[in-house]
Amino acid sequence: MVSVPFNIQLLLPGILFLIGLVGLLVRRNIIFMLISIEIMFNSAGMVFIMSGANWLQSDGQIMFIFILAVTAAEVSIGLALILQMFHHYKTLDADALNKLKDKPE
Amino acid sequence: MDIIFYLASIIAIISTILAITGKNAIHAILYLIISLLAISIIFYILGAPFVAALEVIIYAGAIMVLFIFVIMMLNVGMEKQLESKWLTPSNWIFPSVLGAILLVAYVYAVYKMDFKTNILVSISPKQVGISLFTTYLLGVEISAFLLLAGIVGAYHLGRRKKIVVHRFLKDNN
Repeated sequence: MVSVPFNIQLLLPGILFLIGLVGLLVRRNIIFMLISIEIMFNSAGMVFIMSGANWLQSDGQIMFIFILAVTAAEVSIGLALILQMFHHYKTLDADALNKLKDKPE
Repeated sequence: MDIIFYLASIIAIISTILAITGKNAIHAILYLIISLLAISIIFYILGAPFVAALEVIIYAGAIMVLFIFVIMMLNVGMEKQLESKWLTPSNWIFPSVLGAILLVAYVYAVYKMDFKTNILVSISPKQVGISLFTTYLLGVEISAFLLLAGIVGAYHLGRRKKIVVHRFLKDNN
């Protein structure tokens, strides 16, 4: 197996998390914002896996399974909300959602 | 085995950068699937074959496919011009600077830590399964609640409601 030190192993999820964060800050298309959130979730789970592997416990993998369940639920509800948003506003621009309205037009 | 780790991590980083800087959403998701496959390789060589398989099956195989279905269902046509307008280089500078500062802080923290290399053993799915059924049984039940909430919420929120107008209020022209 690998002999990369643990702290060097942790560089990869950090870099991926920051890439997801920059993507979330820059993009205005709401699909891309969801994709960036997915990248961040995945990198957080990666930290758990690496920790579990380095302490020789299965707890890291179990935490990743729970994170996977959270991600799946969140993505499905987020995409359903995007469908509603597109149905009412006819655009995927996140800046279109800047008003509180009673009835969408 | 180290070379596989470094190679797979370079592929993951490059494909993730390509995923967030593209203009086409489908291309971005395909790049992200490549990144997830590279991360799955890393999980496998770290001694976690169960989550390596789960990452491919669930994350790349179900969640990303759900994304693709929704994008194809929305059928946006005009987005390419909009995206070119939104993604000017001046829009990228400030968040990239913030990300770079965080990256410098993170790399500093990483190099301050002092860890020896560990000999990793592969943790079999049987161990994970035993742990899930004995120690973390409550967590499994609670994530079942969460998935139920996700199902009900996605069904309810994804419905197109027809607006019903009383016939006396309708225009009779």
